[in-house]
Amino acid sequence: MEESVQFKLNGKPVKMIMDSDRKLLWFLRIDLGLTGTKYGCGESYCGSCTVLVNNRAVQSCQTTLKDVQGKEIITIEGLAQNDILHPLQKAFMDHDALQCGYCTPGMILQAYSLLQKTPRPSASEIVEGMESILCRCGAHNRVILAIQSAAKEIQGGGLI
Amino acid sequence: MNREHDFELNSEDEVIDLHVNRREFLEMTGTGIFLFFFIGKLPAYAQERPGLRPQLNFPADFNAYLKIGADGRISCYTGKIEMGQGVITSLAQMLSDELDVSLEVIDMVMGDTDLCPWDMGTFGSMSTRFFGQALRSAGAEARMVLLELASEQLKTPADALSTENGVIIDKKDIRHRLTYGQLAQNKRIERHLTGKIAVKNPADFKIMGNPVVRKDAREKVTGKAKYAADIQLPGMLYAKILRPPAHGAKLIDVDLSEAERVKGVQVVRDDDFIAALHKYPDVAELALSKVKAKFDTPLLDLDETTIFDHLLKVAPEGTVLTKDGNLQKGAQESRALFEHTYLNDYVAHAPIEPHAAVVNIQGNKAMVWASTQTPFMAKEEVAKELGIPAKNVRVMTVFVGGGFGGKSMSLQIVEAARCAKLSGKAVQVAWSRKEEFFYDPFRPAALVKIKSGITDAGRINLWDYHVYFAGERGATQFYTIPHQSTVVHNSGWVAAPGSHPFATGPWRAPGNNTNTFARESQIDIMASKAGMDPLEFRIKNLSDQKLLHVLRIAADKFGWKPAKAPSGRGFGLACGMDAGTYVAAMAEVEVEKATGTVKVKRVVCVQNMGLAVNPEGARIQMEGAVTMGLGYALKEQVRFKGGDIFDHNFDTYELPRFSWVPEIETMIVDDKNAVPQGGGEPPIITTGAVIANAVYDAIGIRMFQLPMTPERIKKSMKKA
Repeated sequence: MEESVQFKLNGKPVKMIMDSDRKLLWFLRIDLGLTGTKYGCGESYCGSCTVLVNNRAVQSCQTTLKDVQGKEIITIEGLAQNDILHPLQKAFMDHDALQCGYCTPGMILQAYSLLQKTPRPSASEIVEGMESILCRCGAHNRVILAIQSAAKEIQGGGLI
Repeated sequence: MNREHDFELNSEDEVIDLHVNRREFLEMTGTGIFLFFFIGKLPAYAQERPGLRPQLNFPADFNAYLKIGADGRISCYTGKIEMGQGVITSLAQMLSDELDVSLEVIDMVMGDTDLCPWDMGTFGSMSTRFFGQALRSAGAEARMVLLELASEQLKTPADALSTENGVIIDKKDIRHRLTYGQLAQNKRIERHLTGKIAVKNPADFKIMGNPVVRKDAREKVTGKAKYAADIQLPGMLYAKILRPPAHGAKLIDVDLSEAERVKGVQVVRDDDFIAALHKYPDVAELALSKVKAKFDTPLLDLDETTIFDHLLKVAPEGTVLTKDGNLQKGAQESRALFEHTYLNDYVAHAPIEPHAAVVNIQGNKAMVWASTQTPFMAKEEVAKELGIPAKNVRVMTVFVGGGFGGKSMSLQIVEAARCAKLSGKAVQVAWSRKEEFFYDPFRPAALVKIKSGITDAGRINLWDYHVYFAGERGATQFYTIPHQSTVVHNSGWVAAPGSHPFATGPWRAPGNNTNTFARESQIDIMASKAGMDPLEFRIKNLSDQKLLHVLRIAADKFGWKPAKAPSGRGFGLACGMDAGTYVAAMAEVEVEKATGTVKVKRVVCVQNMGLAVNPEGARIQMEGAVTMGLGYALKEQVRFKGGDIFDHNFDTYELPRFSWVPEIETMIVDDKNAVPQGGGEPPIITTGAVIANAVYDAIGIRMFQLPMTPERIKKSMKKA
């Protein structure tokens, strides 16, 4: 249904008249050109399309514009502030926690959501928290290390 | 050598000229110092391949080049592509070290068919083995050329000059200097490198061998890295294509009227090819769902259980790979004989990025962006589809979101070209996950039949090996066996029509996963019968020093204590060779008897890959290969009935997840005096075998089919 939809995206207000049943994934990628959010499976099985809605990871392929009405969305493009990388982004780089990089945006945002809930996760809590995100290249163990190291940095107030 | 790749173009007699007009690139790249070099071996090897179609007229002069710009930046133009294997970084490391510049000034220009000379494609763990060697030599020679040019300008003999991080310095007067960029200013210098200059001694490496941050890491963690589906052009439409319900189904009736009524949708049709196009992919998909189509689907009574009998029935006569001694004599002399059949199911590549392509036709030219391991093959295919000369087609490979051998066909690219031609618009085709599973050229279902025998002394005396449909890679056994024969029924991964009900293709280390699983399982069965520890048994029957070496190191790292299997510990080992690299793996598993679930707790993987130019990158590949291998070992299996693929998404087709991944310890035996060998594929070959052997050690049940799903393990336990 065409209706007025508004939300905050990467800190900026977005307002438009749009079919509110459209999926957030396509709105971000096609209408806004924010292609860091990836299509992987379209049915919520892989997590490549993960974004943050009110700081919680959601799969944008299953989220409609109606679902995010009035909420705050962060995509991978909005994670770095003024070109300063988020500790998770930096840790993924430092630990080589990626190969082809296609699952990486979803991986990082899922980890962000995890750290919101559990600021100092154990390895098994990371496994549980990240289980829904698929990576075919097999970077899993490095992702776990990266998340632990980012958690430490965030806790330590930016120093590591 | 093994068959690494199939060229699937149609015409028998067509000759495609891959010689390039050098001017065509150079006009695009302006002034600077241009250094051309030849990879040599690689095209020559491809040329020798029998059955290559069409006839390819390979470049004989150069197939990669370097440009040193006035700004001091060094560009390397190569048709290789980056799909996660890390060559954008490791190749840059090699070049920067040899040329004596920092890694930051290197720009890798990859997979652009207008900017880069022809390249066969990125597969077979060949980028470092072949291209890397040529690149290093080119870097070393480029440095000599720069010294020579500087010598003229500085009026100082070249041997009185040295280089340091992109600067040429007079050894006697360090203020007397020129940067590489200054040498390139306002000039256009072209040199053909001889490829005969010696590369650096490993002891002198500054950048190679040291861990660096991947060159593509920042783009990938910020979402800036572009993959094919991220390319958006003004006025571009997204196409959703009508698909048959099964391979082999024929369209008999179709009604497009409802789809055409969807606002803003353009429906295109060319015979059975029907697509709905819209500026939004979601609306194009909605329109496609309104197409009413009837298909005639052939009844094919083949599924994942009957396929193996079928394959044996249609298998071609074998080709003898190796033969020694006398099989009959070997059987007579053996104390115990073993006869077993090993199976593996069809497996999907399942990269997280589905195939995508964008095609923009302007006049008689076409621009193409595609996720492909073979951009130059795609160029030819698009030209053919559009009926324009190949030189008018430019394929640009952006980042590829995983390939594993699955992105070597150009189907989605040809589809995008067809839609662009029919609609008159720029078009993007991005496959859904269901389409990805439908058109994936799966790793073939395959069988291995082995008859073997041992003597009283625990020596292998007989080895009669037949592999069906997996291909020859990894089939040749390397144990010391007096009476042996290895026969391959169907070379490579593609078989005659009527063999497989759908497409098959190369899957990471093609053939070798199947062959290593069969061989190393059979070896363990014999060891157990001989009452010997499986490591001890291998050592007794091996004479290859490099294999023995990686096995011993793995045992040391793993803490292997000799015991006859099944020991109840859940320890397994396996070894093999692939792409010139020697691999040994050891694993510890736990099997939950009630459910049949295997939990892999720990894997040690050791490899000798010759000189490891980027050991950290190689370790990442090893970890990734072990992890990916868990899938084909434990869960991954394509279910089907005839040409109807039942797996559509990751709910039924399960990939390895975080909870599956064991502690993985890797070690590289750095053989500095040897040439670099493959790194991306070899460490996956042992994963199936090492887990199967560990499962046997844990519960005394021998699994003869991959994947070892909980259902299969429970079934085997019941039978036992």
